[in-house]
Order: sequence, then C-alpha cells, then structure tokens
Amino acid sequence: MTTPLNSPAQRWLDTPLLSVEHLTMRFGGIVAVDDLSFQVGRGDITALIGPNGAGKTTVFNCLTGFYKPSEGRIVMRHGPGPHDAALAAAHSGGLRHSKDGDSGVFLLERMPDFEIPRQAGVARTFQNIRLFGGMTVLENLLVAQHNGLMVASGYTLGGILGLPGYRRAEKKAIDRAVYWLEQTALLDRADDPAGDLSYGAQRRLEIARAMCTGPKLLCLDEPAAGLNPRESAELNRLIRTIRDEHGTSVLLIEHDMGVVMEISDHVVVLDYGVKIADGSAETVRNDPKVIAAYLGVEDEAEAEDIVEGVAS
Amino acid sequence: MATASNIRPGPTRAASLEQGAFVWSVALADAAKAAALAGILGFFFIGMKTDIAGDGLVLSYRWAALGHAVLIVFLGRLLLDALLGKAAPVTTQMLTAGIFIAGIAGIMTQDATGGSLPARALVGAVLGGLIVAVLYGVALWRRRPAPARAEATRQARFAIPIGIALVLLALTLPFLITTFLPGQQRQFIDLAILILTYVMLGWGLNIVVGLAGLLDLGYVAFYAVGAYSFALLSTCFPFIGFWSALPLAGMLAGMWGLVLGFPVLRLRGDYLAIVTLAFGEIIRVVLLNWVDFTNGPNGISGVPKPTFFGLEFSRGEGGFADFFGLEFSTIHRFIYLYYIILALAFLTNFVTLRLRKLPIGRAWEALREDEIACRALGINTTNTKLTAFGIGAMFGGLAGAFFATRQGFVSPESFTFMESAIILAIVVLGGLGSQMGVVIAATVMIGGIEMLRHISFVGQIFPGVDPVQYRMIIFGLAMVAIMIWKPRGFISRRNPSAVLKERKSIGADLVSQGEGH
Ligand SMILES: Nc1ncnc2c1ncn2[C@@H]1O[C@H](COP(=O)(O)OP(=O)(O)OP(=O)(O)O)[C@@H](O)[C@H]1O
Ligand SMILES: [Mg+2]
Repeated sequence: MTTPLNSPAQRWLDTPLLSVEHLTMRFGGIVAVDDLSFQVGRGDITALIGPNGAGKTTVFNCLTGFYKPSEGRIVMRHGPGPHDAALAAAHSGGLRHSKDGDSGVFLLERMPDFEIPRQAGVARTFQNIRLFGGMTVLENLLVAQHNGLMVASGYTLGGILGLPGYRRAEKKAIDRAVYWLEQTALLDRADDPAGDLSYGAQRRLEIARAMCTGPKLLCLDEPAAGLNPRESAELNRLIRTIRDEHGTSVLLIEHDMGVVMEISDHVVVLDYGVKIADGSAETVRNDPKVIAAYLGVEDEAEAEDIVEGVAS
Repeated sequence: MATASNIRPGPTRAASLEQGAFVWSVALADAAKAAALAGILGFFFIGMKTDIAGDGLVLSYRWAALGHAVLIVFLGRLLLDALLGKAAPVTTQMLTAGIFIAGIAGIMTQDATGGSLPARALVGAVLGGLIVAVLYGVALWRRRPAPARAEATRQARFAIPIGIALVLLALTLPFLITTFLPGQQRQFIDLAILILTYVMLGWGLNIVVGLAGLLDLGYVAFYAVGAYSFALLSTCFPFIGFWSALPLAGMLAGMWGLVLGFPVLRLRGDYLAIVTLAFGEIIRVVLLNWVDFTNGPNGISGVPKPTFFGLEFSRGEGGFADFFGLEFSTIHRFIYLYYIILALAFLTNFVTLRLRKLPIGRAWEALREDEIACRALGINTTNTKLTAFGIGAMFGGLAGAFFATRQGFVSPESFTFMESAIILAIVVLGGLGSQMGVVIAATVMIGGIEMLRHISFVGQIFPGVDPVQYRMIIFGLAMVAIMIWKPRGFISRRNPSAVLKERKSIGADLVSQGEGH
C-alpha cells in the first residue's frame, strides 16, 4: 500500500461501497489486470488513472459483468457497514447476492451483465460512446428505465390493454428523464435523434442515461475525452451534483489530470495492470512511482500535466 | 472493448472505388480486364460442355453462351464502377445502366428474334432507352430542392389522412370491386386477399427484423406451423371450429418461435441468419417426411372453410345467403375471407404499434441499435429477443392458419425458402420497421407480379417475345433499381415512440439495421 496511514479521510477504507479483491484478468498470454485490489468509498468520487493500455477499461468490464475475471472477487455493498457476515455466507454458499431489505451484498463476478445494473445498482458509460443513435434523446432515457416500466406495464399485458397504472409509470419515467435532461442541459434536444448530438452532448446524454437506471455507483469511462475546457468544467459540476444530490458514488477513468485532481477524493493508479498508487489526490500526485509511470509514456502532454501538478 | 464491439470487414472494394472520380477510359479498361478474366475462366466452364451420347461422352461447344457471359461481366463491371464510384454523375450512371439493360435484353431475346443480331440490338436499345428515361425522370424528380426538415414535417402531416383513407379503402374494397369490376370480381378479391396475407406476414416479420433487428431467414417455418396446426386441428377435431382453431394455431406457432428462438438467439449477426434459414428448411423437411402425422408430400386436404357464426357459405337451406335472404353467390365466401384477413392484419398492426410505445418495443429497438448498451442498462437481451421472435412467430402462425382455410389444402410445397425471401423482401423494400412501407411493398410486389401476367400486349410490339416469361426478370430489375435509389426502402424514416414537445421523424442514416445486415 502506498497510502500513507496518516491521510485525513479514508472513506474507502472505512465504508467501502465496492471492493475489488485480487482481481486478475488474462487474455490468452496477456495479463491485462494483475492481482488488483482497491476499494471505492461510499459517497466518494474515485478516479482510476493510468497510461494507455494500463487495463482501466478492462477493470470496468469486469465490474459490469462484460468480462468474467480470471481470478478475484468484486463485492458491491448496499447499506452502511461492511456486511462481513452476509458476505461470508454468500461467498461460501455460492450465492450471487444476498439481500435484506435495503442492504445487501453482491458478488459481481458471479452475476450476469444485465443483472448488475438492475440488482447491484452499478451503471456505466463507454469509452467509445454507445448511444441508441436512431432513437431520440428522450427514448434513450426511457430505455434506461426499462425494468421499472416493464413491471408497471404488467410485463406488457397491462400496457397493451392500456391500464392506467402503466400510464402513470410512464409519466413518472418521462419526468425523471426531463430532470436529467435539465441537469445535462439537453432539454431542448429531447426530441432529436441521439446520433445528431454533438460529441460533448452525446457524452452528457450517456451519463444522463446511466443515471436514469438509478445507480448506487456510476462508472464513467473517460467522460471528459474530446471535451473543450468549458464543457469539461460543466462536466465536473455535473459529476459533483450526481454525488452530492443523489448520493451516487462515482468511479471514473480519466486522462485529463486537471479533472482528476480537481474533483476526486481518491485516486487509484494502474500501470501495466498493476496498482502502483492508491490514496488521496494530493498523495498520489506527489508519488514518485506515478510520476515515473507517466513520464515513461510517450504522451508528453500527460507527463507535463503531472510535472505541473508536482510543481504547484 | 475489443471483443464486445462488432468488428466487421469494411467494404474495402467499394471504398477504393469511391475515392477516384469516374473516368471512362479507366472504367472501360477495368471492365475489359474483368471480361477477359471471365473469358479465360469461362473458356472451359461455359464454352465447353460434355454430353452423354450413345458410346460415351462427346464434347460440344457453346461459344455464344461464353460470349454472353463475357458481355454481361463487361457491362456489369462498367455499371458497378459507375454506381459505386460516388463521383460518377447521374447521367453516367443512367447511361451505363441503360447499356447494361440493353445488353441483357439483347441476350435474352436471342430465341425470340431468331438470333438475328440487328433485331436483338434494336430490342435492347428500345428497352434500355425506356428504362433510362424512366430512371432519369425519377432522378430529376428527386433532385427538386426540398429541405430535409420540410420533407419530414410534410410526411408527418400527410401520414394521418393517408392512413385514414387507406383504412376506408381497405374496408370498402370488396364492394368497390364488385361494383366496378363485376366481370373480374373473383380474381381481384383473390388478389386483395393474397396481398393482405403478405401484408400481415410482412408486419409479423417486421417485429423481428425491423424492430428487434434480428435477421430471420426462416420466417416461413412459423407460417407452416400455423397452417399445419390449423389443418390438423380442424380435420382431426372438427368440433373445434375455425374461431377456436385460429388462436390455437397462432399460439402453437408462437410457442415454436420460443422453442426455436432459445438456441438460435445466442448467435449473432450472420450466424443467426444462417441458422434461422436452416430451421426454416428443417421444418419443411420434417413436414415432408413425417408422413404419419402430416401426410407427407400429399399434404392435408379438406381443411374446413370458415363459417359466419355457424353459417356456412353454401347453397340452399341454412347457408349464409339463405339466412340473410340474399341470392346465393360464391363471391360471398371470398368477401368474408377478405374481411377475416383484413381483421387479422389490423390486429397485427394494432398490436405492433401498441408494443412500439411500450417498454418491450423500445427495448427491441434499442437492441437493434446497440445490444451492449442494452445490457449495460440492465435489459435481459435474451428474453427481449425471445419475445420479439415469439410474437413475430405468432402472427406468422395466424397468417398460416388463414392460408390453410383459404386454400382448403396445405402441403410442404407452399413453405419453401422462396416464401421467406419474398416476405423479407417486402420488409426490406418497404423500409425496416415501417408499417406503411410493408403495405406499399406488399402491394407493389405481390400485385406487381400478378399484373405482369397481363402484359402480353407487349408481345404485339415485339413479335415472338412473350413478356410474361420475363416477368421475374423485369421484377428483379425493378427491385434492384428501387434498392439503388431508395436503399433503405420506400419509407425509411423512423417515427419516435415517445415525444416531449415536437414530433420529429428520424432519418434512416442514423437508424441502425441490427444484426446481420
Ligand atoms: N478483449 C480483449 N482481448 C485481448 N486483449 C484485451 C482485451 N481487452 C483488453 N485487452 C488488452 O488489455 C490491455 C488493457 O486494455 P484496456 O482497454 O483495459 O486499457 P485502458 O487502460 O483502458 O487504456 P486506454 O487508456 O487506452 O483506454 C491492453 O493491452 C489490451 O490490448
Ligand atoms: Mg480504456
């Protein structure tokens, strides 16, 4: 552990929402993620950084069930506390999750991908944006509320018959969509096809869509990539709103050190699939291993960012 | 996400053609090269042929056929260059299309003209010229300046009145036909029934291919299951009656949709298409060979006709005409059949339009757009695909049941791959996902093939040519032309399923086509 023990608030150690334990992901001979362990604190904005090809997206794909990890365990916890007893029971009992009212533990590596957003409350965005381009902005946000609406429509039967329960649920879903469109400044584009939006707007829409699933943890894969400085600043504000007003913890992959240092409470640094640093933004920024890893990369802009960070 | 994203080989050939401008000399050289290659390859394969004679094999030569093949390759290559090279002006495209058609026509009329070259050239030139003129007219008409937004709103403004007019027309059609075409009423009502059957099949398949984006090449399997279920139920258990056997047949077909769908839908893209194709054939082969159950190639005859609240459409006491005090006419039964298929088609359309606005329909369309994103939003994609497959199959089965009762006879012959291909062509030609497009395409395709039976007058212009023989070729060329000028079908705009303030239709360039297209 590179985290100094005297660091002030370490929510990720005291009240972890997510813990990644000894995660290893191999593709044939390549070890994309190697024995990685870290925790995401409840209510934290956590940044996962590292040079290109470090394995950050692979970690996201393991978290969200798109890849089955070669080894290791990923635990998501709902409700305060470490839930050690429930976790041990679920783990040895071969369960995917164990729930008790609002609290519960979820072993993400055992769950199929589509159950992770629904049950464990983990939503994500993609590095190469994946919107439903031929559907309108509003439709994108309604698709995100599929599971709730499906129940409200009596698994379609009630909906076909036009029962009022479904209409009310749809009205609520639209209200929720409108709320997130306001938050992401997309309200006036609601009836336009998502594929017509500008790059920055598409990134915001993807975040809005993920938030419409009502997640406990939002995973953002390079949300600021391709944004101009003004859009980038707006994004920071949006991420903070998500955390402060919705109690959704955020885990983000980001190359833009300005964004990382400004908003994150906790930074985890990966290099070649191995964790090289883990701690508050302040400690990580001064960590010689991190500076070396970034300077070792050809990308000069990134190295300069770090050096500036150290100098200031 | 290297594995997750769908990596496909890009159209490199087309791309390389697109880069340069169209230059006649280059295109001609290209075509000549292709033709020479065809000549060399075809020298043995086409030019020579072995026939069985009394004392073994004898070699015979077919130089004319080889010449035709070389000519087709030459002209085809030229046309391809002109069409794929974006830089070619429309006139060049038209010209090459005309030359191509003229060449084909010249080759086709070999027998009719007694092989005389000038006559063939004349036929070719006239046909080619005619088609180029039509295409040029279409191109000019399409060129009129019309801003996209204006076109979208215009389409939206006319959609509702046109829809109402079409519904009224469909409701009154049998009476219009009996009033205005009394001599041919039977023929035209029959044609209307046939078209409506394909409209219904098209709408059913549209759920699977157009909305969920799953390319199903074996849709005819469910049509067959419906037809056989109905035929077997109503002949083995006569007490069931038409109106109970119909939903049962639909349910059985839907169940088969789920059963076949379950293993199939784990596949993606092209594999899905191939396996559905195979399943379609398997069902037909089973029907053909399971003689005890299906009576094999002889089929099942004596499938009962539908009754009107227990009244049969028969002459004399207790029949439909007798009960209502009408004069007996065989046309009553056809009119009744027409209304049954109209009602079934409306049901299909109503359910589809309704489902599109429900979460399940939106999930289908989202699946077509991006399956991975769907899973990241918590949608169980296997179940979602299965429902699309099952509901599509159910409507196919209902149409099959209707087919059985209309024909009074079912046999495996009616359920060949050709049938799947026609239904798919209707969906694609109409515009994936568009309900109105299916109506237009079914009318044009089924009606068009029928109408081409009546073009024998062309034979009077070109003595010795029987144009009816060429109707499938004419038809194929027409389809190629439509797909070139309207590559996404007649109606290619998508209507959003939910609107906040202003309804705007979505252009086809943004809408994805789903798996395997
Ligand atoms: N499906 C896969 N099959 C094989 N190798 C893979 C696969 N996915 C990722 N990898 C490899 O794993 C390593 C880590 O890739 P990953 O995409 O996780 O990096 P990253 O940190 O997200 O990089 P970037 O900043 O460029 O997005 C790379 O070497 C990549 O080639
Ligand atoms: Mg990445």
